Amino acid sequence: MAGESLTRQRITIAILALGGEGGGVLAEWIAEVGRQQGYIAQSTSVPGVAQRTGATVYYIELYPEDHASVSGGEPILALMPVPGDVDIVIASELMEVGRAVLRGFVAEDRTTLIGSTHRVYAISEKSAMADGRASGERILDAAKRKARRFVAFDMNEIAEQHGSMISAVMFGALAGSGALSFPQAAFEQAIRAGGRAVASNLAAFEAGARALAGETGRPAEIHHLPAPTTKKGRAFLRRIHESLPEPAHAFAIHAVRRLMDYQDAAYAELYLERLTSVRELDTGEEDWRLTCETARYLALWMSYDDTIRVADLKVRASRFERVREEVRARPQDVLDVIEYMHPRLEEVCETLPAAIGRRILASGTLSSWLRPLFRKGRHVEITSIRWFVILALLSGMRRWRRTTLRYAIEQERILLWLNRIRSAARIDPATAAELVECQQLIKGYGDTFERGMSRFGLIMDVWETIKFEPDAAPTLRRLREAALADEAGTTLDGAIAELRFAS
Amino acid sequence: MAERSFKSEVEKLRKGDGELFHGEGILAVTKGLLQSGVAYVGGYQGSPISHLMDVFADANELMQELGVHFEASASEASAAAMLAASVNYPLRGAVAWKSVVGTNVASDALSNIASGGVTGGALVIVGEDYGEGSSIMQERTHAFAMKSQMWLIDPRPNHSLIVDLVERSFELSEASHTPVLFEMRVRGCHQTGTFTARENRSPPLTVGEAAEAPHRDVDRIVLPPANFQHETEKIEHRWPAAVRFIQEHRLNEWFGTDADAEVGIIVQGGLFNTLNRALELIGISDSFGNAKLPVYVLNVTYPLIPDEVQDFCAGKRAVLVIEEGQPEFIEHELNTLIRRADLQTQVLGKAILPRAGEYTGAVLQDGVTRFLAQWAPDLAPASESESPAPLGPADVPARPAGFCTGCPERPIFSAMKLVQRELGQFHVSADIGCHLFSILPPFNIGNTTMGYGLGTAGASAFKPRDKRAIAIMGDGGFWHNGLTSGIGNAVFNKDDNLTIIVDNGYSAATGGQDILSSRAENAVRRTRHPIERAVRGIGVRWVRTLTRTYDVGGMRDMLREALTSKEKGPKVIVAQSECQLNRQRRVRPAMMKAVSAGKRVVRERFGVDPDTCTGDHSCIRLSGCPSLTIKPNPDPLREDPIAHVENSCVGCGVCGEVSHAAVLCPSFYKARIVINPTGWDRIRNRMRTSVIAAWQRWTHQSLARRAF
Repeated sequence: MAGESLTRQRITIAILALGGEGGGVLAEWIAEVGRQQGYIAQSTSVPGVAQRTGATVYYIELYPEDHASVSGGEPILALMPVPGDVDIVIASELMEVGRAVLRGFVAEDRTTLIGSTHRVYAISEKSAMADGRASGERILDAAKRKARRFVAFDMNEIAEQHGSMISAVMFGALAGSGALSFPQAAFEQAIRAGGRAVASNLAAFEAGARALAGETGRPAEIHHLPAPTTKKGRAFLRRIHESLPEPAHAFAIHAVRRLMDYQDAAYAELYLERLTSVRELDTGEEDWRLTCETARYLALWMSYDDTIRVADLKVRASRFERVREEVRARPQDVLDVIEYMHPRLEEVCETLPAAIGRRILASGTLSSWLRPLFRKGRHVEITSIRWFVILALLSGMRRWRRTTLRYAIEQERILLWLNRIRSAARIDPATAAELVECQQLIKGYGDTFERGMSRFGLIMDVWETIKFEPDAAPTLRRLREAALADEAGTTLDGAIAELRFAS
Repeated sequence: MAERSFKSEVEKLRKGDGELFHGEGILAVTKGLLQSGVAYVGGYQGSPISHLMDVFADANELMQELGVHFEASASEASAAAMLAASVNYPLRGAVAWKSVVGTNVASDALSNIASGGVTGGALVIVGEDYGEGSSIMQERTHAFAMKSQMWLIDPRPNHSLIVDLVERSFELSEASHTPVLFEMRVRGCHQTGTFTARENRSPPLTVGEAAEAPHRDVDRIVLPPANFQHETEKIEHRWPAAVRFIQEHRLNEWFGTDADAEVGIIVQGGLFNTLNRALELIGISDSFGNAKLPVYVLNVTYPLIPDEVQDFCAGKRAVLVIEEGQPEFIEHELNTLIRRADLQTQVLGKAILPRAGEYTGAVLQDGVTRFLAQWAPDLAPASESESPAPLGPADVPARPAGFCTGCPERPIFSAMKLVQRELGQFHVSADIGCHLFSILPPFNIGNTTMGYGLGTAGASAFKPRDKRAIAIMGDGGFWHNGLTSGIGNAVFNKDDNLTIIVDNGYSAATGGQDILSSRAENAVRRTRHPIERAVRGIGVRWVRTLTRTYDVGGMRDMLREALTSKEKGPKVIVAQSECQLNRQRRVRPAMMKAVSAGKRVVRERFGVDPDTCTGDHSCIRLSGCPSLTIKPNPDPLREDPIAHVENSCVGCGVCGEVSHAAVLCPSFYKARIVINPTGWDRIRNRMRTSVIAAWQRWTHQSLARRAF
């Protein structure tokens, strides 16, 4: 660094962690191993509000004791990291790696950056109405460019494997990185001296030290396309290959598989017919975007989540296994599973034959008489025989799905949407693709579903007034983004009002 | 039970003459008090002083052995008033709190004690909560020192010096009959270091002995004509005595070389280490403070010592004053002193350094570089070109503080969100405490915060026509002052607003200390005083207690009732459930013990079915639990990440209740895991699984037939 002599003796270490990750314990361990190795060690932190899920910085300085005693006694150690002066940065999570770079703690000529690549999502990322995740690529790229050395791997996974805090793995990564030239035994001794959960911490520490392969993040997972297992499946696959452009194959295969599982082969057949009718109007622009997006969103809409589908997914053996694994129940433990279900009168009527369902909903007396029965949410203990049988019977109603009110309503909506898509595609496939993508607003159940549907409806109303305008595509995109911007719908209302004003 | 236990560390406080003591700054301060023969200690928790209060509490036994009285005061005002014991008697006393807010609360008593003066040394340890990590308004304690005339110590962060200065502060207080403020900055409180201990001393006079032989001196009471006399005493006797003491005992320090220096630096003691690092990085100092220019370190920032200032500034063209926060009281005073001494030295402070914000290493490095370039170019470093920043602030999402996993306060705000959907938005007067996190995402509830325990008072101007205001109050704030300033005030003034008192059993935000209404047994304090009784006692008629805040639907209904009830007068809902952080600290080890002992243990947690979750995240916007997060959508047709419950889930049940109350989605499930099941558990389970498995086998074939 500028001006400072070559006799710089101190080692400076910053830990960026989140509350409850054991950052304080890690700082203690580092100070302890430093002291054992003949260093004067000072650690500081800023506890307080940060400990409740916020991000916080722990800071440690080490100074060689022998140098201190010949040079002037007690060195003056700083209480906070200074950009450009940090030798080692340890970050407990990918965005904290980013924060270390952002705050200037990572210097090209000095800093060994040790970071975990897993994600702990911030509330802004979690609460977005669609996908609000920050880009990890940008962080990894900046870290690689900024650090003298960047050591990164998924430390959380190792911590989970060993039932320890991530701090132990971070300590292992520090030891394994060789950034501190202390023997591994000294690090282990510090964990023992700390006296907290020694066995699991030591195991996680060793795994962390070993895991240091220098790799920076996991390779992207490759989705293998499902191979057909039935005669019908093979026939569908052939048809997809013959009648659809290559970029749409993956979506169409997943879609056909999903709809066969959802209803039956005839339903998948209906899907392919509808898809082909759109594909015929696609000119292949943007790598067959219109066909690809229709392949995806048509399948999602056609496999709308009704009570039959929910029951069907809940009672499957594969689902029982997944729950057991996810909650880490051991084979000898007894596992009860309770579902939180809230079928309202609407959902119940929609599962009835269309005429009956419509009648009840239309009749004020009948529905006001029945509604109180469905006002409260139900705790459905699916592992009890009674509830399992009820849900299993409900899932069996798949056979009569085509007679239900919900089926009639959704097919009508789908056809209206497809008609709009096709008539738009005749003029401009790109605009039609925007119409297709509006389907992503329709998701969820109950209140969430109704909110999405009403916003979809608002945008479709606008569409009717702008469909002949040249910039209809960007307008649709803007409205769709506005619909996902906030829960109350103010952004969308504003965007629509603006359009009216402009016209 | 406090967040951090210092039980093992306080044993080190027994160390005697010549032994090496290693530990955090707050332990060094405590050791300094015990070495000074302090007779009584009190205070109120709050960052960064919470842990000092925990150290005091954990050291209670040792203090009792020494004959030192300790109490956890009800508020900073109570703590400051306790210093009254030092007015008439040669008793050394120390109290501690978070500043500047605690000093605000204590200022009535502080003014009185500063006016009348003290006989025994009185020390106020203030944790200066300024800069990074601070949760309060950025103000300076310095103003209080000046207006009440109390001396302000701001020690250089070095344990030996801190311990010495604690002892010297008592002497200074006694020599000048003035209380002394001892300022500890956040990092200094938790900085680890080493010093050589001295023997603890029992107080020469204990509080018990003083009470047995009362002594009265009307001249020490703030009443005319004594109060006018006090002002004269302050100027004519106490101030000069303090200046003399500080000068004689060289409480301030000098670093660097003074040979023919044309420039120098004057720095607050607490910032010295940061300054020296900046000088090291510029290349004009080393790790031992041997700077190439003189540095005058103010371990006492009020009062300044005119002779020392004159000596330091004489012959220099310019001095840089490093003074954090504003207004720049020290800089003003230095200018006055230099003018009076008729020196031509330029005093530069805020002209070069930022007016606001923390003086970090980088800020000081920049500031000193600018100063040198202008006034001592031969010392200034060559300028460096800056490389462009590889990341912008938008690339890294912020992490605002939030409620812990399983926090019982979260469902209160989920319910409030639901009520607001029905009845529209309400004016919400928030309070200090964990519940203040409700103003942040995902809840975004709360309009103002006026101070600790002041939620209800903050709503008192709102006299509703048909829409009541809502006030929030924590149990800590309630006992601190809210019972009188908020509830009593509302009764007296016939308010018609709603107050929600969050009764989680602890002063949770400050680290889980016990308070009057805590349900815990506390060997040295009296607990278990129900808030509802106090509220009724002061005259509120509409009071409801909800004993399980996790019942989101119940909470929502109760809120609706309170907000729409025809009855006039203040409404109070006491929302009770134990702070989960403290609960887990208690429950988890017990559970692990039971499991390994082979006892039947039921563990509950929540989960989300990935195939029914559609990735709308309504549940997250309504709950915001750290263990409720997102993960990539396993469905190849969907892009939006789905909700996911992590293993840190404690099974509080809020996500399920929220999805019920808000009619969200059927994706949530609760898993009840019976560890070490009994024989009956196993029989029942075998019966159930055999039926279920048979059906699943049967449908498996039909699924396979219609498969792709």
